[in-house]
Amino acid sequence: MTEPTYEIALTVNGVHRTARAPARRLLSDFLRHDLGLTGTHVGCEHGVCGCCTILLDGAPARACLTFAVTAGGAEITTVEGLAAPDGTLSPVQRAFQECHALQCGFCTPGFLCTVTALLRENPHPSDEEIVEGLSGNLCRCTGYQNIVAAVRRAAGED
Amino acid sequence: MKPPPFGYHAPRSLGEALAALAAARDGKVLAGGQSLIPLLNMRLAAPAEIIDINRVAGLDTLEAGPAGVRVGALVRHARAERSAEAARVQPLLRLALRHVAHPAVRSRGTVVGSLAHADPAAELPAVLALLGGTVEAASVRGRRTIGAADFFAGPLESALAPDELAVAATFPALPPRTGAAFAEIARRHGDYALAGVAALVTVDEAGRPAAARAGYLGVAATPLVLDLDVSGGRAAAAADAAGRLDPETDIHASAEYRRHLAGVLTERVLHAAAGAARERGT
Amino acid sequence: MFGEPIPRREDPRLLTGQGRFLDDLGRDALAAAFVRSPHAHARILDIDVSAAVDVDGLVAIYTWEDLPGRVGDPLPLLIPHPALTHGRTGRPLARETVRYAGEPVAMVVAADRYLAEDAAGLVRVEYEPLPAVVGIDAAARAEHLVHDDVPGNVAAVLVQETGDAAAAIAAAPHTLEFDLAIERSAATPLEGRGVYARWDAADGSLRVYSSTQSSTAVRGAVAARLGLPAGKVEVVAPDVGGGFGVKIVHPWPEEVLVPWAARLLDRPVKWAEDRREHFVAAAHERGQQHHVRVGFDGEGRVLGLDVRIRHDHGAYTPYGIIIPIVTSTQLLGPYKIGAYRAEVTSLYTNTVIVTPYRGAGRPQGVFCMERTMDRIARHLGRDRADVRAANFIRPHEFPYDQGLTFQDGRPLIYDSGDYPALLRELRKLIGWDTFAELRARDGRRLGIGLGCYVEGTGVGPYEGGHVEIDTAGRVHVATGLTSQGQGHQTVFAQIAAAELGVPIEDVHVTTGDTRRFGYAVGTFASRAAVMSGNAIALACRKVRAKALRVAGEALEADPADLEITGGTVHVRGDRAAGVPLRTVAVLSNPLRYAFDEQSAAATQFAGGGSLDEPPVARGDEPGLEARDYYSPVRSTFAAGAHAAIVEVDPDTAEVRILRYAVLHDCGRLINPRIVEGQIHGGVAQGIAGALYERMAYDETGQLQNASFMDFLMPYATEIPRIETAHLETPSPLNPLGVKGAGEAGVIPVSAVIASAIEDAEGFVVDAMPLSPDELFRLRRRD
Repeated sequence: MTEPTYEIALTVNGVHRTARAPARRLLSDFLRHDLGLTGTHVGCEHGVCGCCTILLDGAPARACLTFAVTAGGAEITTVEGLAAPDGTLSPVQRAFQECHALQCGFCTPGFLCTVTALLRENPHPSDEEIVEGLSGNLCRCTGYQNIVAAVRRAAGED
Repeated sequence: MKPPPFGYHAPRSLGEALAALAAARDGKVLAGGQSLIPLLNMRLAAPAEIIDINRVAGLDTLEAGPAGVRVGALVRHARAERSAEAARVQPLLRLALRHVAHPAVRSRGTVVGSLAHADPAAELPAVLALLGGTVEAASVRGRRTIGAADFFAGPLESALAPDELAVAATFPALPPRTGAAFAEIARRHGDYALAGVAALVTVDEAGRPAAARAGYLGVAATPLVLDLDVSGGRAAAAADAAGRLDPETDIHASAEYRRHLAGVLTERVLHAAAGAARERGT
Repeated sequence: MFGEPIPRREDPRLLTGQGRFLDDLGRDALAAAFVRSPHAHARILDIDVSAAVDVDGLVAIYTWEDLPGRVGDPLPLLIPHPALTHGRTGRPLARETVRYAGEPVAMVVAADRYLAEDAAGLVRVEYEPLPAVVGIDAAARAEHLVHDDVPGNVAAVLVQETGDAAAAIAAAPHTLEFDLAIERSAATPLEGRGVYARWDAADGSLRVYSSTQSSTAVRGAVAARLGLPAGKVEVVAPDVGGGFGVKIVHPWPEEVLVPWAARLLDRPVKWAEDRREHFVAAAHERGQQHHVRVGFDGEGRVLGLDVRIRHDHGAYTPYGIIIPIVTSTQLLGPYKIGAYRAEVTSLYTNTVIVTPYRGAGRPQGVFCMERTMDRIARHLGRDRADVRAANFIRPHEFPYDQGLTFQDGRPLIYDSGDYPALLRELRKLIGWDTFAELRARDGRRLGIGLGCYVEGTGVGPYEGGHVEIDTAGRVHVATGLTSQGQGHQTVFAQIAAAELGVPIEDVHVTTGDTRRFGYAVGTFASRAAVMSGNAIALACRKVRAKALRVAGEALEADPADLEITGGTVHVRGDRAAGVPLRTVAVLSNPLRYAFDEQSAAATQFAGGGSLDEPPVARGDEPGLEARDYYSPVRSTFAAGAHAAIVEVDPDTAEVRILRYAVLHDCGRLINPRIVEGQIHGGVAQGIAGALYERMAYDETGQLQNASFMDFLMPYATEIPRIETAHLETPSPLNPLGVKGAGEAGVIPVSAVIASAIEDAEGFVVDAMPLSPDELFRLRRRD
């Protein structure tokens, strides 16, 4: 019994992409394995860790809790699309480096997407808003302190 | 942790959606997917067919009017949370939505989906129950409106028939001289609450609490609504409420602690809701 | 360069999605999934794969019966010890009996992971359930056995002893006796384990990528199991998404089976562990009970200490009894304990195996000792910090011999430290001496607590470094141990840049790749900076000496008068005339064939060099490169002291950490920013273990919280800001004077938080983690 597949077309980091996949293909797997964009990581596949957070039509979303076929036609931004086309790091990426806000780097793409969306919606968050905005992403390495500092720096608050 | 295979339907209209649902054996509706997909990934659910309503036209309406806030099946938590209109008509909605998981989940998850999931530990079912709201269900057989009291049938069990789609829910507006408050305690920010309470307090012309009602989450098999006698003060009302609860023990909290928390939170929300009522005036 | 908080060189890649983690590799590989036992203890009666073979895309299903020769043998017992009289290990796939829920029973290989899981779900295994032994008490009662041939479920009884503790306690003016417990938790890196193997049939060689803390050890194990010479197996640790100890275990069943299947099928095969598998099939730690008897004088000085420890080892003992050894030795901390006896009983249970998790037995040992210090203070009505100070080893007493044997098999001799200074600075940082006033003023229910520890770091036997300067002037540094986010590419480059006098931009570091460096032990026990850092420094010094010698010939100068600045060798004080290292590299390798204009200088008619000497002098080697090793006589001992101020909610029993302060001494700091990051992360894991995380097994051996929904790893909302300050007491044992820092943060946290909650509530806290529910119950009991 061969599983039916669907032509899935979406825009990823400004580039039109298509691939065929079964309906059950998670968007995280579709990005990583069908499109080869492995920057989006998978840490739990039940929506708690936030490693797979991407921007789906501009809003942060768990790629592991979305079927690729549902996302057909959407505009997606992944970690690979955060820097400028010439490779210049975004303010959020730069702040993460300057503040040592990453260690193993596995959770980092999800944090970067989350923070990018957070600052877009609220360019000058309070400390409490920063912590709350980060609260859907797990990091096992940093203790979050430098991630909070990086958000502050990216917001130009320090 | 990959979902099992399923037949997939992506209807474009409500009619197509209802027809697909009627034809499906063991079908499941997919809206935001924030509750369903984790279950699929863990293979704790394996529906034969999935009816993905994300492309159905006309289900993404959010209307706030004198009667209340009517939320279509494709309105995401984030949109309902941000709506100033909705917050004005029924502030409890925003107060509760802030406790629903995390921003990345709220940007996909839907209000109606949360109701249909009928998790007794979730915020929105308790809010709908407290407000005496309704869910509109549609099927090829017709439409019906289900009151919250009947809608939450059991843990993770709604009154929806297998061929029915919850197309909208209505959260009634806040009555005059009434204030709302919401409080919950979770182990981590964004987790399902160990216990939570939503409350409405109506004050008399002198600003004294005259009537109070509370909706509880996390302490019963379904969202639980209690009318509270506030004539003897908040503490007595809270103690009385706690005494009427019969929560369960699980790995995160004992029944006794949950009951205690519900009492503490009741007192807090009664205070906050009365304050909101006075601030709001008529 | 050395000692500067420079930004990490790893970051640009990781920030732009260019990391290469295990599951980012091998897009063309087949996917493996495992059928795992749903029972904690059962006999396998039958395995029926007939329903599974119809799955489209299925390639193979293997059970134990299919495993040839050594492939199906029990996995190695990695660290044998005379006290481990009943060591037992599992097989890659269970043979007749399963001993924990999650133990692998069959392996499925399919076109992708979705299909592999479909097929795994259709494999029917018939089990005869057996009684499960869950928890330390049940294991000790031994009404049922985990292993039929292990009486009493006792794997090991280990005694560590110095002096006559019983007599000292009996003679002491004051004595106390009490129980302390720590529950199970787990390392839980955000990237699970994973293995990806490619077989090259023509070459007869295997390349294995593993998310491991030791690629050389995986190579040794895989080569042995598959009957291949080590030279035909290369193992690479790609970017690894956190380890925290769990990935030092090897070979995991999957690390044997995936390469084996790749060779058998002659197709690349990959297994990327999912989160649920990680909970039930990797490893846990921490679960331990302690019965303490202590005798002390009126000043709070400990005269005798006797600790009976019961250690929950899970179903097997592949990593030996390292955790109990560490607990029973590091328990002594920064203190002079008159007479000491620890007896550890290591018990089997029908649960996931127990192997080191960051701290590796130290959190439990420190919990014992620090809670003991608090009990003594309480009993005597003395200040808790003063009691600790009364017991400290003094700065002039180093090296200090604790009279025990450490985990490296060597005497437990502390090399250096200044514990009174640590405590003094900590008291200032947290405001210990003014806290009473603060509390009185504040009105909330506040408490303050503290904890001190000593951490043996940089255990042997050795690590090596290889340093090569190429003809473009690039410096290639390789070491065999692996990285999981510690910033090795940065700190090792800092060491090399400082030693060689080159710009750090020219330094390129490779870790954990057997193709580049084949001799290594691994990353664990806070050892990378000490071991590989010093090995790289030593290799750099050899390269530097050679560069000076070769340049000296070119410059007609005495090497002793030369130095290297900015990548150029020049006469000291005269930077005008010099030879760049890239030219030195050319000159150090006499050539017959020029490959570019520059290399022509090293060919036979270019002139230079004595015609009476061979082009490569006797005892010399071509090339500007060197290899060296660092092998310490024993470990070096870091130390620290932590304090916290907590607020407890009188109504809800919630605990909030208002301040957390760390005084830390790991000798010379190579990169203070990276050390601080390690401390932050460690403390966060400590707070997780103190207030949030536990493994909730039911009595049948089912792990009830095997998900991130129910295993409460804290978010940013749960972790406070951590204030840090450093002392730098260099280690006299190694050339760089460094000590390890990786585990420090986590070690005393449970002790500190317990101390603070106890101070706030007034009653004793003797078990961690502590949930609000448990605090609520303690209040009721009080």
